[in-house]
Amino acid sequence: MDFEPNSEQQMLIDQVRRYVREEIIPLEAKLDPDASELDPTDQARLVEKTKAMGLYGIDIPKEFGGPDIDIVTRVLLAIEMAQHRAGLYVPCYGTFGGAGLAQIFEANEDQKERYLYPTLRGEKKPFFGLTEPSGGSDPARAIQTRAERKDNGWVLNGAKIFISGADRAQYGIVFARTDASKGRAGITCFIVDAETPGFHVRRVVHTLRSSSYATELEFKDCWVSDHQILGEVNKGFAVANDRLTRQRIPYAAGCIGVAIAAHEMAVEWAKMRSTFGEKLANRQAIQWMLVDNEIDIRTARHFTLEAAEKARRGLPFRTEAAIAKLTASEGGGRVVDRSMQIHGGMGMTKDLPLERWYREMRIRRVGEGPSEVQRMVIAREILGSNLR
Amino acid sequence: MAIRLRLDKPWQPLTAEAATRLPGQLGVYQVADAKGTIIYIGQAGARSPFGLRSELQREASARGPGHQFRVEVNQQYRTRWFELLMVHKADHGSLPVDNAKNPPPALGRLSPA
Ligand SMILES: Cc1cc2nc3c(=O)[nH]c(=O)nc-3n(C[C@H](O)[C@H](O)[C@H](O)COP(=O)(O)OP(=O)(O)OC[C@H]3O[C@@H](n4cnc5c(N)ncnc54)[C@H](O)[C@@H]3O)c2cc1C
Repeated sequence: MDFEPNSEQQMLIDQVRRYVREEIIPLEAKLDPDASELDPTDQARLVEKTKAMGLYGIDIPKEFGGPDIDIVTRVLLAIEMAQHRAGLYVPCYGTFGGAGLAQIFEANEDQKERYLYPTLRGEKKPFFGLTEPSGGSDPARAIQTRAERKDNGWVLNGAKIFISGADRAQYGIVFARTDASKGRAGITCFIVDAETPGFHVRRVVHTLRSSSYATELEFKDCWVSDHQILGEVNKGFAVANDRLTRQRIPYAAGCIGVAIAAHEMAVEWAKMRSTFGEKLANRQAIQWMLVDNEIDIRTARHFTLEAAEKARRGLPFRTEAAIAKLTASEGGGRVVDRSMQIHGGMGMTKDLPLERWYREMRIRRVGEGPSEVQRMVIAREILGSNLR
Repeated sequence: MAIRLRLDKPWQPLTAEAATRLPGQLGVYQVADAKGTIIYIGQAGARSPFGLRSELQREASARGPGHQFRVEVNQQYRTRWFELLMVHKADHGSLPVDNAKNPPPALGRLSPA
């Protein structure tokens, strides 16, 4: 497969690259190094700009008003959008708009009216409630939140942890066990309004990602009607899994973008900094670190574009998405680490974005399916069929 | 184990001398009036030249006598600041008076157990 961008893709890449360098990075220089939000007036101005570029709502499917850009091109652009300090978790501070949660596109018409369209218009924000204190990498077995039938609806009781954005969301999708005897075939996905009695955001969970927190939720006799079921009763796990697989491709692209930015900084620094009478760039120990960076980046880029290309063609891409997520998050972490080493003491400071990338990149080996789970997915394919 | 939710250290008088003795680290702080009512929750982020010391020196000179303060050294000053604001809102129904004048654009809601 040839992953060199075609001329149209290259034009878009150049456009987004210019936007990041001319609009985002100068504003970021004035913000707190851990900031995740722009000043509201800058935000509004830049949203107008991305709309004028024809790229607003880039991840929204065409039938819902998105600009109809294929997934391979979106990956190429996501790599560019991540190349600034906050870029891993808030690429371009959200000025390209968001598509909300992938699952909500599978909602029925009534739910689309109440949740999907307001989300696409930026009026509502969702959260994704899967992980529980009992575990997140094997949710099919770990989910203990129960939903019991009552009055044409369901009563939810239980807890969720590490849920991003739940305190600011208007609604969330929540996975609960509706049939204890059926394992993964006993989980249902509910849409829960944040105002529902019995829904509580109990505490902030501070993590390495000190720019924004996760939260812990409690459901205490939280009643929701049958209209709040997303998909079908006892078929919620397929909904969760599908989202997690699809998410892995842009997730990987973000890691690659940050790795490229860190690597470029390391190359510049190595060419400029002299020690013991010689530029760092002339030292083999430093050259090898830069070579290893280059290899990690190219490997992750190749596998991520391969996964995107398979998804674009409508082919199965579960294994490819796992390989992409694994190589990009692990390789990206190594690149940032080496780039910090090349910068010496400066690499550890909040003057440079490297320390934020280092902390946030570490989370990428756990979030959206930890490395071990990605390896399990890949191993299943290897052992379940012949090696190609 | 969850970290402590509320700041519960004793108050100290907010004076230039007390502020000068503070560490130059990052963190969060609260300012109260003479009766101990919290009037402001602030953060000393990485752009403060001397972290908590700079911020409280500024507070002392801007507010004058009759105020008290307490600090928490915390590298996660941003998320801790949001947390303290949300907990205050959950406890008192509103933000501290000086935060309410210029509230953060997207403050979430917490209902601590
Ligand atoms: C900052 C942050 C934000 C998050 N946001 C959300 C969110 O919005 N919504 C949400 O639902 N979740 C969210 N999560 C949770 C995240 O998805 C989980 O942390 C992740 O799935 C792992 O689950 P766990 O922490 O319970 O680890 P566990 O499942 O307890 O696993 C512990 C470790 O053991 C490894 N392991 C598990 N099984 C095996 C095995 N068979 N062989 C070898 N190793 C194994 C895992 O890979 C992991 O490293 C977030 C997490 C973080 C840190």
